[in-house]
Amino acid sequence: MKEFTYTITDPIGFHARPAGLLVKKVKEYACEITISCEGKSSSAKKLFGIMGMGIKNGQTVTVTVEGEDEENVAAELETFFKENA
Amino acid sequence: MITIEGKSVFSGVEIGKLYYFSKKKAEILQQIIEDVDAEMARYYQARETAVEQLEGLFTKALNEVGESNSLIFQIHQMMLMDDDYNEAIENLVRNEKNNVEYAVQKTAEDFSAMFAAMDDEYMQARAADVKDISNRILTILSGGDDGGFVMDEPGIVAASDLAPSETIQLDKSKVLGFATQFGSSNSHTAILARTMAIPAVISLGESLTEEMNGHMAIIDGYTGVLYVDPDEETLKTMTAKREESLREKAELEALIGQDNVTKSGRKINVYANIGSIDDANSAMACDAGGVGLFRSEFLYLDSRDFPTEEAQFAAYKAAAQIMDGRKVIIRTLDLGADKQVDYFNLGKEDNPALGYRAIRICLTQPEIFKTQLRALYRAAAYGNIAIMFPMIISVKEIHRIKEIITEVKEELRREGKKFREDVELGVMIETPASVMISRDLAKEVDFFSVGTNDLTQYTLAIDRQNEKLDSFYDSHHPAVLAMIKMAADNAHAEGKWIGICGELGADTTLTQTFVDMGIDELSVSPGMVLRVRRQVRECE
Repeated sequence: MKEFTYTITDPIGFHARPAGLLVKKVKEYACEITISCEGKSSSAKKLFGIMGMGIKNGQTVTVTVEGEDEENVAAELETFFKENA
Repeated sequence: MITIEGKSVFSGVEIGKLYYFSKKKAEILQQIIEDVDAEMARYYQARETAVEQLEGLFTKALNEVGESNSLIFQIHQMMLMDDDYNEAIENLVRNEKNNVEYAVQKTAEDFSAMFAAMDDEYMQARAADVKDISNRILTILSGGDDGGFVMDEPGIVAASDLAPSETIQLDKSKVLGFATQFGSSNSHTAILARTMAIPAVISLGESLTEEMNGHMAIIDGYTGVLYVDPDEETLKTMTAKREESLREKAELEALIGQDNVTKSGRKINVYANIGSIDDANSAMACDAGGVGLFRSEFLYLDSRDFPTEEAQFAAYKAAAQIMDGRKVIIRTLDLGADKQVDYFNLGKEDNPALGYRAIRICLTQPEIFKTQLRALYRAAAYGNIAIMFPMIISVKEIHRIKEIITEVKEELRREGKKFREDVELGVMIETPASVMISRDLAKEVDFFSVGTNDLTQYTLAIDRQNEKLDSFYDSHHPAVLAMIKMAADNAHAEGKWIGICGELGADTTLTQTFVDMGIDELSVSPGMVLRVRRQVRECE
């Protein structure tokens, strides 16, 4: 299992656009990806699940990757968050 | 004539036929079905059509409004394919034997209720997206099409609220303005109105009805009023207002890129006052030379706990980057008095305006102050940030602030964090005390910024919220103007600059007076920047 944390810097929080881009991105991967924040969590493949968490600017999310090629996937996702959130 | 009051989201005046965007809503009845597989097959087929339609809208939007504004249709496709959404529908069909129309409607209600219940205004507005995608499926299931909204001439579009898939169908060249019953300033209609820069009034409520379709209307985005079937008098007044507003808009827009220079060649900086990151975009749009006052309170007021250093850093950095090298003067937290926040536990005071507020909180609870200063010094590495301190009454306070800044820099250096060493520091001149000692203060800081609202209140001993005192109040009181003059002379005597960031700065009847005093900068709300620029250019 690989894990990393990221603090959201987008002023509107982790809103529909980055959430949509994330869902689109993780559909490529075979592994289990979970996103958690402030006691709530969701599969990174579920758009409504992520949006329902209401992740705000300044909050820290923990992303857990488990399964095939988890090292690379985690690294790619970390870059994704830096670029989009 | 019917007059309906709402909330303006974009100014301007337009006159034209009202086109009511009607949403065909077929009554959906709950039915018990037997062949669940056949029912689900109907759903999958409708969903496939919906995704195809959205792909079409995405392509159309991509050509019309660009990538960032068209992404919503890709997000809508993902929402339709979302596991939770589909499981909810499937469960209602397979396990509870409901017809698919009912299942989709029920799921849409549940999901939009979840968004509506969230504590974040942006997320609440997403309830409309869930309804939008679900309505698309329902329309397909009922065999209907979703086109059919045609405008034969330019007009004002009215609706309960408009979903993105609806706004994209509009022929933008014919839309003069928007009038909606509901919606928020974060709704798609509001965003679109701001992008198109056309008048829009929301929250008009139930008084706006579908029966008004085809009627003559006037939308006044200055006052937030919609007039339906205007009488001759109103039509005449508003036609004049529209012409005046178009004329002024054109005249002001012509000043974009021009200098704020008086006839005798003196240059004044005209900056913008902002209270959020979004406002920074407005400041750029009106060609402000910088930000003369960035109120940092929004970070504290929008939060249920002390905002973290990271959140503050991100906000200050974002504003500085939007301003693209132009100066951004950020005022450290100015809470207390009329701005209260629960988690500060400030307690009740008999005289809050003379009480525990602004820099007094920061110097008493330095841990709160340090978090903000750390974020400011770090963000300053990414743009042209200056810091100013509110409610200063003594040089001793400046010394204490500088000690804390030294500690903050030392900590950042130890942690190896990137920050800027030589950030410009200024004080707000908003107490008579600060004016009287302004020569000494000027030795300590790089600039002054006059907060005229508080300076007037403290100089005249008048509470501006108290209507009984209106006849005693004079915003041009010679005592206040003498205070500003004294601070300006003392700043200049020490080779420092002085600006005005209070309401008085935007009072164009005083611009000449300020120029004569040698004021170096005027910071006003973004909407006033070009007006003040025009006035400066008229000055001697």
